[in-house]
Amino acid sequence: MDSALIPQGVKRCPTWQFLLWLGIVGVVLLWGVYAMVLCWIKGLNQTNMNDAYGFALWIWADLAVIALGGGAFFTGFLRYLVGKDELKNIINYAVLIGFICYSSALLLLAIDVGQPLRSWHIFWHANIHSMLTEVAFCLSCYFMVLTIEYVPLILENRQLDKIPFFHHLGHNMHEIMAIFAATGAFLSFFHQGSLGGVAGVLFGRPFAYREGFLVWPWTFFLFTWSAAACGPCFTLLVTKITETITKKKLVKPNVVDLLGKISGWMLGTYIVAKIIDTWYWALVTVPSKGFTLTDFYSNNALYGIWILVMEILICGVAPAIILIIGPLRRNSALFMTAIILAVIGVCINRWVMVLQVMAMPVLTFENWVLYYPSWQEVATTVLPVVYGIILIMISYRYLPVFPQEQELNPVEK
Amino acid sequence: MFPFSFEWVWDMDHMVFHGGLWYALSIIGLGVTYCIIKAALDTLKGNGAQHL
Repeated sequence: MDSALIPQGVKRCPTWQFLLWLGIVGVVLLWGVYAMVLCWIKGLNQTNMNDAYGFALWIWADLAVIALGGGAFFTGFLRYLVGKDELKNIINYAVLIGFICYSSALLLLAIDVGQPLRSWHIFWHANIHSMLTEVAFCLSCYFMVLTIEYVPLILENRQLDKIPFFHHLGHNMHEIMAIFAATGAFLSFFHQGSLGGVAGVLFGRPFAYREGFLVWPWTFFLFTWSAAACGPCFTLLVTKITETITKKKLVKPNVVDLLGKISGWMLGTYIVAKIIDTWYWALVTVPSKGFTLTDFYSNNALYGIWILVMEILICGVAPAIILIIGPLRRNSALFMTAIILAVIGVCINRWVMVLQVMAMPVLTFENWVLYYPSWQEVATTVLPVVYGIILIMISYRYLPVFPQEQELNPVEK
Repeated sequence: MFPFSFEWVWDMDHMVFHGGLWYALSIIGLGVTYCIIKAALDTLKGNGAQHL
């Protein structure tokens, strides 16, 4: 039925099967949309946010998807600016995943601000001393860049490519893509960093507060670094999941190996910096504020020292070692384990820097405040996930996302 | 915010913050405009092009 739209030389599942899965995922999407509409119509009383939790599940999800979407800017940086030509075989998918992550982040923010019709205030009445203003600027601009990077892929659709104007437009956009990639890397460096900076400048919350360089706390650099390290791991993870579902090899092993190795070194250097940062914070910063390290990890039901061990050792040091050492990296089971751990690690880091910061008592008469999201918050957080699945399903079916697919999976005529 | 907005102050903070925003928006805008105009001209000329 839709065979005229499917790229030439590749095989796709029957239309009924595609529509069936689209329908199943679509039901979950509708659940999320229903919760989103509730939040917009009835307001933020639909959430479990309160005076203690002005930032909650949505902001964690926001920070997590932005970190995971970092694969787009870092792979683009490596491909167009460093000249790692092999990565042209995975850059389309990295851009698609980045586009999904950043559009999801903007969607979550549109729900979180309560009155999305006033979103323009942040641009027009900008508070130029706020890290979040810089995040809003860079996030919006970078989403434009990602859209520009995604459009040429859409224009490569078999039917659209037949229209001369679209064909030329796609070609011209490819020609100057390095300029857009450089702009994207510049914007990403600052908004990833500023998201970390938001926590690092909270001098009234010693759990988050960090010293730093000029106006930037160390968390600024650590956030950018971790996104550059773990974003490509997420791209690789989604690629592996897509290969498993489609039962096809979509990217050659040398491409996966190269990106895995670069991610490994990024993760390894990041985790060394993170350990030094944590060590200094625990031994110098925390005591200077009248606390001890154990104050942050005791007397509550959830946040024990396990979360620090999990983030740094299990989801940081272990995957870095696996990805750096060649024989370990080339073992497919270990490789999968490493990229999954790296993705979990960066999500834990963002959770800690958003939610544990809020939970932690600051004054002597305060107690730990644990937070449980409402079903509306959960549904609207699941919404971007299913939206992403749908966009991947449609893009994979109708667009030449993987340049090596045809060669790796020859179709018998 | 533009320099003619009543909230604008001619200080380094405003210039760096908004300068960065306009710089990024200018590159994006000029890049896209260049692609569209060149695509229109190529289409009118009937040039063939291969994707990179």
